[in-house]
Amino acid sequence: MKIETKNLNLWYGTFQALKEVNVAFQEKRITAIIGPSGCGKSTLLRVFNRMNDLIEGVRTSGEVFIDGVNIIDHAADLVSLRKQVGMVFQRPNPFPLSVYENIVFGQRIHGAMSKGALDEVVQQSLESVLLWDELKDRLNESAMGLSLEQKQRLCIARLIAVQPDIVLMDEPCSTLDPQATQRIEELMRELKKNYTIIIVTHNMQQAARVSDDAGFMLLGELVEFAKTEDVFTKPKDKRTEDYITGKYG
Amino acid sequence: MRNPQRTEKIAFFFLFLATLVIALPVGLVVIIIISKGLPAINWQFLSDIPRQGMRSGGIFPAIMGTVYLVTGAIIFALPIGLLAAVYLSEYAKDNLLTRVIKLAIVNLAGVPSVVYGLFGLALFVVFFKFGASILSGSLTLGIMILPIIITASREALESVPYSFREVSYSLGASKWQTIRHIVLPNAIPGILTGTILGLGRAAGETAPILFTVAAFYLPQLPKSIFDQAMALPYHLYVISTQVPNVDEKIRYATALVLLVLVLCMNLVAILIRYQFRKRKKW
Ligand SMILES: Nc1ncnc2c1ncn2[C@@H]1O[C@H](COP(=O)(O)OP(=O)(O)OP(=O)(O)O)[C@@H](O)[C@H]1O
Ligand SMILES: [Mg+2]
Repeated sequence: MKIETKNLNLWYGTFQALKEVNVAFQEKRITAIIGPSGCGKSTLLRVFNRMNDLIEGVRTSGEVFIDGVNIIDHAADLVSLRKQVGMVFQRPNPFPLSVYENIVFGQRIHGAMSKGALDEVVQQSLESVLLWDELKDRLNESAMGLSLEQKQRLCIARLIAVQPDIVLMDEPCSTLDPQATQRIEELMRELKKNYTIIIVTHNMQQAARVSDDAGFMLLGELVEFAKTEDVFTKPKDKRTEDYITGKYG
Repeated sequence: MRNPQRTEKIAFFFLFLATLVIALPVGLVVIIIISKGLPAINWQFLSDIPRQGMRSGGIFPAIMGTVYLVTGAIIFALPIGLLAAVYLSEYAKDNLLTRVIKLAIVNLAGVPSVVYGLFGLALFVVFFKFGASILSGSLTLGIMILPIIITASREALESVPYSFREVSYSLGASKWQTIRHIVLPNAIPGILTGTILGLGRAAGETAPILFTVAAFYLPQLPKSIFDQAMALPYHLYVISTQVPNVDEKIRYATALVLLVLVLCMNLVAILIRYQFRKRKKW
């Protein structure tokens, strides 16, 4: 198991956003987390790179193991955790820097590299998100001028450059048109060969198309977790069935 | 008897009138100063020392004095103001102490400049024994513009989108790395704008330099930061009220130089802000 949670609870102040979540994510697969708005999908995702730490008043209990190490532990090294667990956000959010500088940002932070090595990182990262041919002559242009899809790919490239092995995606396609969404999904299938991917999505078709496993959350609970096929064709829980047949949310 | 169109017209008229009432005096001031001062402006006026008890000659020492003072003020106030702003907007927890500090800073911006002058006299001139000197004057002006710089810098820092910081953290950057590589570079235009506005204020004030540095008549350039210096606003005050029979042309020309200096600074600030607005796309 790549990631495993044991009795995970999380509170925003007095509001409990995650309730006794027990789940295990397998290596080099795509796992989708679905559920209605406000059920705690993003919160769960942000446990895995401890981004919830940035919010004041957050309290967590339970255990979360990544490669067998409990990352909820206060002694956990946040820098190496976040290098290992990268995140793609809902809105494409490149820095207002050049394409090149966006990609090498992580490298600049995590220690010096020669110009040649940086160039290599840029090329490899862009190639792995299939942007190299489009952008190889525009490396010094501002990333703010790219299309939305290019921006989102660039954001993926930027995190691939720090060599994570887990990629968290929080509704990565919600600002993209259907064609771009489809291409990003293709990219995800490609990335699955090297990365463990967890994607939060509102779009059930997307979850069905792209994921190997799927979890359904409701009001902070993980109601169901199984192979995607099974979740969509023979859900065990009545609430899951109601959700995927569109009875609410 | 309700007629929206007529109400609209009346409202428009009064709003326009109010704007005119503000704009007119500003325009008049500028026009009068230019028309009365411009004839006296020439190279000699800008580059010569005052002669014949300031009734002729130039205002070069006063210009340079103001330049020194403003430079000194900025060397002192920018680093401290920036560090304070970074601390307040990025690090300080939102507790009572922080709120009191923030409130104090806002209020400091409203303290009359003569109070800063007295403060500078007591602290720098007397207590630290810097005497009436460029050092004392610069420090006093620096303290006066600190609130402006801190407030502008805080606004600039806080307007950097949270999403930039979020990504930076998610890539493993520490708080300081995030501030250093992401927040500060994106806040620089706003910080510069505030700084330059502060400079304009420092260049134009008389009261803070009155007791701390300003020389009545010093027909040479200061040799060190412990010397007194002339300064444009004080010089203008002196030749307008303390020295009899100074030609009106000279007074207005001095005012014009001061005005142009301050307006130029504000113009630079506006240009920087404009450039930044154009470029920023988030
Ligand atoms: N910073 C916060 N402070 C307090 N409550 C929060 C905070 N962030 C989220 N919550 C609450 O926690 C619950 C879960 O939020 P979360 O963002 O994880 O939901 P989500 O499933 O990702 O929803 P969406 O689909 O709308 O993105 C919601 O009820 C939300 O109101
Ligand atoms: Mg969410």
